[in-house]
Amino acid sequence: MTRETPPAGHLLNETEWHTLRALADVIVPPSEKYGIPGAGDEAIAKTIVKDANYGDKLPRLIAALDTLNAMAEGAHRGEFAMLSHDQRQSVAFAFREEQPAAASLAEQLVTQCYYRDDRVVSSLGMELRPPMPAGYKVDNGDWSLLEQVQKRQPFHRPVG
Amino acid sequence: MSAETVDVLIIGAGASGAAMAWSLAETKMHIVCLEQGALMNPLAYPSTGRDWEARSTSDFNSNPNVRGLKTDYPINEENSPIKVANFNGVGGGTVLYAGHFPRFHPSDFRVKSLDGVADDWPIDYNQLAPYYAENEKMTGVAGMNGDPAYPSDNAQRLPPLPLGESGKVLAKGFNALGWHWWPSDTAIITEDYDGRAGCINLGACGAGCAQGAKGSADVTYWPHAQRAGVDLRTRCRVREITVGPDGMATGARYVTGAGEEKEIKAHVVVVACNGIGTPRLLLNSKSPQHPDGLANSSGLVGKNLMFHPYAWIQGMFEEATDGFAGPHKLMRSQEFYETDESRGYVRGYTLEIQRGMPPVRTAHTGLRHGRIPWGSGHHDAFRRMFNHCTGMVAVCEDLPEEHNTVTIDPVLKDSDGIPAPKIDYTLSENSKRMLQHGVDRATEILKAGGATDVYSEWPIPYGGWHLMGTARMGKDPSRSVVNEWGRAHDCKNLFIIDGSIFVTSAGVNPTNTIQALALYVADQMKQRLANATLFD
Ligand SMILES: Cc1cc2nc3c(=O)[nH]c(=O)nc-3n(C[C@H](O)[C@H](O)[C@H](O)COP(=O)(O)OP(=O)(O)OC[C@H]3O[C@@H](n4cnc5c(N)ncnc54)[C@H](O)[C@@H]3O)c2cc1C
Ligand code: SF4
Repeated sequence: MTRETPPAGHLLNETEWHTLRALADVIVPPSEKYGIPGAGDEAIAKTIVKDANYGDKLPRLIAALDTLNAMAEGAHRGEFAMLSHDQRQSVAFAFREEQPAAASLAEQLVTQCYYRDDRVVSSLGMELRPPMPAGYKVDNGDWSLLEQVQKRQPFHRPVG
Repeated sequence: MSAETVDVLIIGAGASGAAMAWSLAETKMHIVCLEQGALMNPLAYPSTGRDWEARSTSDFNSNPNVRGLKTDYPINEENSPIKVANFNGVGGGTVLYAGHFPRFHPSDFRVKSLDGVADDWPIDYNQLAPYYAENEKMTGVAGMNGDPAYPSDNAQRLPPLPLGESGKVLAKGFNALGWHWWPSDTAIITEDYDGRAGCINLGACGAGCAQGAKGSADVTYWPHAQRAGVDLRTRCRVREITVGPDGMATGARYVTGAGEEKEIKAHVVVVACNGIGTPRLLLNSKSPQHPDGLANSSGLVGKNLMFHPYAWIQGMFEEATDGFAGPHKLMRSQEFYETDESRGYVRGYTLEIQRGMPPVRTAHTGLRHGRIPWGSGHHDAFRRMFNHCTGMVAVCEDLPEEHNTVTIDPVLKDSDGIPAPKIDYTLSENSKRMLQHGVDRATEILKAGGATDVYSEWPIPYGGWHLMGTARMGKDPSRSVVNEWGRAHDCKNLFIIDGSIFVTSAGVNPTNTIQALALYVADQMKQRLANATLFD
């Protein structure tokens, strides 16, 4: 994997930044079939860091990335981001197994940023807009389905 | 500096405080409401931005410890499998609530007589019925008359929420099994009402309704109460309720958003801080006259905490459901509402139907429940699930147990240095059996509706959104904190009106009942003011 320098003003150091991007790509890899990037895409990863900067999430994310790197060192004597694709997969899956809380935080941050990226949202057939102010249409539905229940006798419990 | 004196001080501007303020306003008394949070700005709600789902994990998270705003107070909830969901601001929890708005059943007020457990309420359904109707009118409720699970009522309902595709598959499931379902009573206006615009299916009700269609108390009662002269003061956090030598309440000490310590005097004090905030405030208000906390001679302030343990059950379907659009609620089932001892537990639950999920929630749910993997299969699995699932929750009646408590944490404090609450809560065996029953029945319904895969979870860990029982009402001062019209047994000018006065929790969402009770207590106060018996 080639290395890029983390963006200026970044809240992560270089190792953490590369580890985050590599982990995000393991969780949600790029897809040729759907023509969409992986979650390790630079723009998406920047959003992940921005969203992590709330409450105690950033230190917890950094601790998770450190753990991942320690596991990578232990298993393959290398930084997580520098491992081969298969090695990253195996370390990340072991991390998910052994550190469920840390992995769940990473999943949450990755998905909340990935699934609002314009390229991804477009690929799902959604309009690029917030719900407000246009709202959405929902079919009123088939109310004839209620007829069966309407025929039922009242069955609330008497209280005497 | 001498403190100002008002007629009535209401503490807390949430669901119950708003209803009380509006009802008392017609007396033309000088009424002040102190609220620790801010007035909400719907234009800044998450649904106005592209990051709307993400904000449910930060400043619009329903757990105050995660949200961590300056207007929040922390809660030590380590010793509880269910974590608290609330909101601190004008409107209280209703800012985030889903607006499911059923009434209690008549039987819910007679649990001891009917099933030999817990206690009967000192009031009954018929006493509350006119206040339910008044509350529904003030709030604007969508639904449909004629539900066979309820006695006929006098409710004024707006047209029901759309059934949509989710309703179709679920109704088919219920009908195949011959089980009850009905369009939900929901505090969402389906057409323009009382100066508010109707629902436009934003699907973001849980993070504040930017459209104002959801009946949160800041858009229902507060505008009317303020126009009628109630003085609502935000960013005012009450530290303690003060008492005089005779043990009567004299007012409160509070801290402003700017950190100023202030005092206010009042002839009547009304506490509306919810099932956690109210016992916290009473227990923080110790005095020589009330050494164990205000109004606590029974020792029951903070005891009998009830939540409604929830089970969540979802299915995946071949056909498309409503996905991200539309209000979260649409229908309910009360097939399993009443006690049937052959089921292995007492009391029962409502199945509250949910719609679909937006993309982030789909991904997160799929990952948590093993339906969407990390790695190469992610995208196909996501697309199988997105817009193809719907499900329900089982709202289980939680029985009062004295070991489920709110106490004052010896260490934890809020940003103003006020001691914070600690909750200790255990899920009872009765609840566990009921939750499992709910999961099993919901699984059958989803499969009968055509679900190809069903997954579930109980209790919902961050599902402590109904806070009840911690200052219960009753006629016996040794077994209750307030009397049958909300006045503290130990303090004749102190009233409690939020979910803490519930005797039992029923198997439905509480807010319609909380607000109906607040209106009922307000009416009792007005009648007794008129004949000068309020403090007798
Ligand atoms: C995510 C979510 C979903 C929900 N969904 C539903 C639903 O579908 N149906 C339903 O019936 N209910 C639902 N609820 C619950 C509903 O919001 C509550 O039942 C209702 O708001 C409780 O009303 P209350 O008056 O008891 O307290 P609250 O509405 O919580 O109001 C209490 C107010 O007191 C203020 N306060 C507390 N302490 C102090 C102090 N010391 N000084 C000053 N102010 C103070 C708080 O800031 C708050 O604004 C939901 C809640 C949440 C969070
Ligand atoms: S679905 Fe309706 S009630 Fe819910 S947020 Fe949208 S407009 Fe408001």
